[in-house]
Amino acid sequence: MAEYIPDYVGTVTKYVFVESPSMTPGELALRAYEVSEGVLIKETCFGLQVTGEPESVDRLIEVIRAFDPPHIFVKDRGFPPGDPRRCRANLGGARPGYLGHEREFRILRYITHGLEELDRRGGEEAEPAPPTLEKRPLLDIKRLQELIDTEES
Amino acid sequence: MAKVFIYPATSLILSDLVARFGHKPLGAALGIRERIQTAGVDSPPLQITPEEPKRGLKYAAVEVPSGVRGRMAIYGPLLEEAEAAIIVTDADLAFGCMGCARTDELILFSLRQSGIPILELKYPANEEEGVQFVAAVKKFLDGLENGGET
Repeated sequence: MAEYIPDYVGTVTKYVFVESPSMTPGELALRAYEVSEGVLIKETCFGLQVTGEPESVDRLIEVIRAFDPPHIFVKDRGFPPGDPRRCRANLGGARPGYLGHEREFRILRYITHGLEELDRRGGEEAEPAPPTLEKRPLLDIKRLQELIDTEES
Repeated sequence: MAKVFIYPATSLILSDLVARFGHKPLGAALGIRERIQTAGVDSPPLQITPEEPKRGLKYAAVEVPSGVRGRMAIYGPLLEEAEAAIIVTDADLAFGCMGCARTDELILFSLRQSGIPILELKYPANEEEGVQFVAAVKKFLDGLENGGET
């Protein structure tokens, strides 16, 4: 078994997603470079990946978020950017995890609307009722008997 | 700042909202990062070594498949650390092989047994549900004992 020597030890990597009508990932990257101060920034089709010391990354994220708070979303990433075990340049096809991001990306506009609306209301209006979870209807005993009879005949 | 476990553990929306409202999201990336940054035996792609299923014995019985125990070695410490949890119940992106599916069931079961505050939601399907979703998450996070930082 080969020895494993990790890269980027002690750093954190975070995804920055931008879903904004007024800012592209390229513009966000340019503005992020201006305040990067040693944080590694990689531009992607959906936003950025930022890697560096935890304090530096947190500071950079705080600055980036302020550009367009309801349209910029951040999450942690386990792998550093360009890691051959994850990078599609080595694997081909979509990066593992990309499809999950794509699925949630479609919902982001509702979250953005929620953030803007709550900010606009500012606690003045009554809070909206929490979403209710639908309970699955129980199987009726007569319906069960019908199913059993159908199966047996 | 409370430590909030998120399910799906890879969720962008939940991770962002928890951090945005001043708490620490506990997701899969933290467990994976710990393994990726620890020197040892090369075991690509996730650095899950034969030691992980042994560690997973703390969370699942020995007759449980090693795939579930290996995954629980990542999620188990996060579940222990969690002070609250947010669960999205209709997350169709949280699908996977049988190992992932059974691990997800065990995670949800462990969370519900742990007695920590849990918020269960569905993903919003329109703008009004988006407002409800964000308001419910904000109210839940504001109500946690350790408070938020916003």
